[in-house]
Amino acid sequence: MKDFFRNAEHLIRVLVLLAIGLAAFLVIRRSVIPAEFGKYGHFRPGAMDDIRARPVKFAGHAVCEACHSDQADVKGKGKHVNVACEACHGPLAKHAEDPASLVPTLPDTAVLCARCHEASQAKPKSFPQVVTAEHSGGVACNTCHKPHNPQIGG
Amino acid sequence: MGTILPGVEGYMYPNEIELQWSILIVLYPYITGLVAGAFILASLERVFKVDAVKPTYRLALLVALAFLLVAPLPLQLHLGHPERSFEMYLTPHRSSAMAMFGFVYLWYLMIVLLMEIWLDYRKDIVEWAHSGSGFKTWIYKILTLGSRNISPAALRIDDKVGYIITLIGIPSAFLLHGYVGFIFGSVKANPWWSTPLMPVVFIFSAMVSGIAAVMLLYMLTSKLRRVPIDMRCVDTIGQYLFYTFIIDFSLEMLDLVHRLYEADESLRALDFMVHTRLYFSQVVLQIFVGTLLPIALLGLTQVTKIAENTRKAIYSIAGAVTLVSILAMRWNVVIGGQLFSKSFLGYTSYKMGFATREGLLPAIILILLPFVILYVLVKLLPPWPKSEAAA
Amino acid sequence: MEMTRRDLLKKSGKFILLTSAAAAAWDCVLSGKAEAAPNYDVTQHWWAMIIDPEKCIGCGNCVRACEAENDVPPGYFRTWIERYHVVDGDFEHPQVDSPNGGHDGFPEKYKDAARTFFLPKLCNHCADSPCVQVCPVGATFVTPDGVVLVDQKYCLGCRYCIQACPYGCRFLNPKTNTADKCTLCYHRITQGLTTACCESCPTQARVLADLKNPKDPIHEFLRTHSVQVLKPQMATHAKVFYKNLDGSVR
Repeated sequence: MKDFFRNAEHLIRVLVLLAIGLAAFLVIRRSVIPAEFGKYGHFRPGAMDDIRARPVKFAGHAVCEACHSDQADVKGKGKHVNVACEACHGPLAKHAEDPASLVPTLPDTAVLCARCHEASQAKPKSFPQVVTAEHSGGVACNTCHKPHNPQIGG
Repeated sequence: MGTILPGVEGYMYPNEIELQWSILIVLYPYITGLVAGAFILASLERVFKVDAVKPTYRLALLVALAFLLVAPLPLQLHLGHPERSFEMYLTPHRSSAMAMFGFVYLWYLMIVLLMEIWLDYRKDIVEWAHSGSGFKTWIYKILTLGSRNISPAALRIDDKVGYIITLIGIPSAFLLHGYVGFIFGSVKANPWWSTPLMPVVFIFSAMVSGIAAVMLLYMLTSKLRRVPIDMRCVDTIGQYLFYTFIIDFSLEMLDLVHRLYEADESLRALDFMVHTRLYFSQVVLQIFVGTLLPIALLGLTQVTKIAENTRKAIYSIAGAVTLVSILAMRWNVVIGGQLFSKSFLGYTSYKMGFATREGLLPAIILILLPFVILYVLVKLLPPWPKSEAAA
Repeated sequence: MEMTRRDLLKKSGKFILLTSAAAAAWDCVLSGKAEAAPNYDVTQHWWAMIIDPEKCIGCGNCVRACEAENDVPPGYFRTWIERYHVVDGDFEHPQVDSPNGGHDGFPEKYKDAARTFFLPKLCNHCADSPCVQVCPVGATFVTPDGVVLVDQKYCLGCRYCIQACPYGCRFLNPKTNTADKCTLCYHRITQGLTTACCESCPTQARVLADLKNPKDPIHEFLRTHSVQVLKPQMATHAKVFYKNLDGSVR
């Protein structure tokens, strides 16, 4: 038996080295592994918080309507009732937070309205669409249509 | 008409146009394949007692080690955050085949390859550590791990343990390379990759490439050292290469025939891709020049008597062509799988840079690096018998 | 500004009724503690989305809104719109295009009698997500409330998840060098807001849904309409439900 250990001594050295390596790995792992990893599943729960902490850019129409109830009233009576404010005016959370910090510029109706209302074979047939060149001959859309309630005479 | 995207034909999902896995990901399975194949050749002698290939035993192990050391490099270059790669050790996701890479790699490097090489060379290492002086002797001294015992009893134990390690090493080699095949084969989203045959095809083509590499290196190093080539050895290796190639080719043809027969929704798109973007690399390089030609050449040596010099030429050509062929196979799998759209309505093209992080230049460097490492290993741990240690 | 008492009452009443939840959440946003938004319990929600392609007009508002809300790098898409053109009812060979993902709308292309329609796409937030399955380190995951997210601080950028997604909704973000994709505006929906894409859709072709909320209209919707998911054969249990999805959709 003693003979065996003497002759296998070099292998025992290898095993000792491996054991030290494994122990070192386990110690390092414990200190480096992210906190609470695995709490909800195989991931770092802090990631959910990281993403939830991202800044909001679109305030959402409810927030707009809190201050701009007059426009909301006008819009509520027309065909654009379900078009959110920021769908046309762009992300305005900054403005909602501090109105003076970001004054929204009026969108260019020639570009804006055409995005939705330019006639296209792919659009649903029931959706109001025109060939803008023929429809207005280049005149700006808001000459005749009020964007918040676009029906003429409505 | 909207923007015409360069290199795109038909419709690709917008996020699919740019390829995700580059030539570096082509290289990685190629390299681990060479490792696995070289090791299998070495195990032929150690476990299956094929004496004829003994002259290549140590060389095969060193070849495997040289390539294994380079294997993680293409992956590190490819990662968006290589500094986070240790996370695979911290929190390996058990459902992901890729998560086992770190552990299988370390296992294979330390427990299989390094142990086997160390045990086989230990007697020589101890002798070299106690003769001569200088930097090299210091390395040998460290490699002895402080033990001087090279008595016959100790060496018998070494031999037994080495045998067991090689025995475990064979499935370990299959795991080292087979898991890569599974990484591709288990992606249900990609019909070019998704097949249960993928790990098996990878393993057999790995064996083919590894055997060819060792055979070529043995012939080359013998020539450089002006030492006669042991023809019984290369004839035997050539035989194993031939039969392994037949199995590999059969598996690939089985996959093809199966696809053509079932003709599912992906067939038309894949067929078009093979006939256009992948024609040269798949049909010409991999199948005809890369598989049928070497099989025919090697088959010739099996059915009829051929002069020694002609046989050497056949083995050289077949070996070299095989190495190119298996690289082409990896290319066809990795790049091919990304050239067509998952909508089956379009195709894109691979724009490989040159001196970029994942470009051709780093790929060339990475494929040459193992030979540099092999040179150092061969100088440090000469795999030739002492009687031949001349030039 | 002149305001009568009546105006004041109207205004504050509206504020209280319409926006109490949003206002409370908004306070948290303003104070910089979004994660502390009150009353959000991950176990009480199971997020999904309903898309009605028959309402989509291909205006691209959703793509632009997502880009603005989430700082999506140009040329990469967390959501995009496809246009399908099916000639002679040959739905096995549709012509599909998506110029810049539909970001700037669609230039006029077809003038025939063929069936043409728009189809918005995004991450399907699969309950049995193949992308989550293949992540080697756990950098992408399904939250307890059903949203598939990427941990930008943990992702290695190996791109396996991008390969595994059958729908092409993932990409590698060149700024962070990590995998990226639609988060279902997780930072918004956990505060009572809707996603940026749903907010800006002028026709409500896209509507956020909460399967665990008994009052959510999705339950009635699923009972009364023909509903499909993309690539059902992949069994990913996608949670983006399309109404009357055409057979030509890939």
